[in-house]
Amino acid sequence: MLCSTISLELAEIADGSAELVDDSRVHVERCIRCQAELVQYKKILRGLTSLQGEFIVPDDGLLEEILATVQPPATVHKLHRLNHKHRKVAYISSIAAAGAAGAIVLAARLASREKVAS
Amino acid sequence: MDSKEFGKLIEEAQAGDHRAFEELVRDTYADTYTLAFRLVGDKEDARDVVQEAYLRAHKGIKKFRGDAQLTTWLYRITANCASTYLTRRNKHQHGDLDGLDPVDEDPDRDPTNRADVADLRSQLSDALMKLPPKLRSVVVLRDIYDLSHESIAEQLDITESAAKVRLHRARKRLREHLYPMGEEDQAHAV
Repeated sequence: MLCSTISLELAEIADGSAELVDDSRVHVERCIRCQAELVQYKKILRGLTSLQGEFIVPDDGLLEEILATVQPPATVHKLHRLNHKHRKVAYISSIAAAGAAGAIVLAARLASREKVAS
Repeated sequence: MDSKEFGKLIEEAQAGDHRAFEELVRDTYADTYTLAFRLVGDKEDARDVVQEAYLRAHKGIKKFRGDAQLTTWLYRITANCASTYLTRRNKHQHGDLDGLDPVDEDPDRDPTNRADVADLRSQLSDALMKLPPKLRSVVVLRDIYDLSHESIAEQLDITESAAKVRLHRARKRLREHLYPMGEEDQAHAV
């Protein structure tokens, strides 16, 4: 039996999804390099399994971004309404402010004309 | 958080309690982000994938039947989102997901001199990032997150046999990366 044939199975043997049987078992028992390859796969698989407990820390703000993404529709609607209400108030206030400023300017001009006339 | 509390939160979230869902997000997002990063290999892309994953989870929480763990369910959703994301990214970049062989940036590798587990983990993390995304996805989902071949195939939209072939290739590349062969070994491999 060739090492290259066994090599195809070694990773599956290392993870327990396949078993060494008959000729392949005899070969691996005698072949030090196939044994080494099997040990390497076992180490890799153990290392990979241990990675599950390792967290990669996300940059700041991810949690807030996720929570904003999953906002219930009612809250989003409410926010829109709130924004709309705020915009309405700001619009009316700016019109009122512009009106008041116009009235002051007009009154000032009238007062200065009266002064000149007298 | 124990499984009982988790179960209660899931039930409340399924009943429409948004705060319960938020609590589930708080408890799982670092784990989900880690998976997303391992799948797409980029911090910003991982953020997008995680947001999409939780959006889908939020929409589908009522369909979660509890026959799997919530984390496994989230892993599956994240894997699916990452797969979609990578396909889209690949279309824009006109690259091949299988790509070329990873570039060896660190020729001074000899695991026999660095046997401790922490070091192996760090080397494995590096080696994973050098795998093409298609191979990386399968090995990450199978060997780190313990998803079944069937589930991996379903989430990545490939056949089960394709998932197995990719897993074999990925493991082989990881081994070649971590334990590079000498001339003698190359002759042995023939």
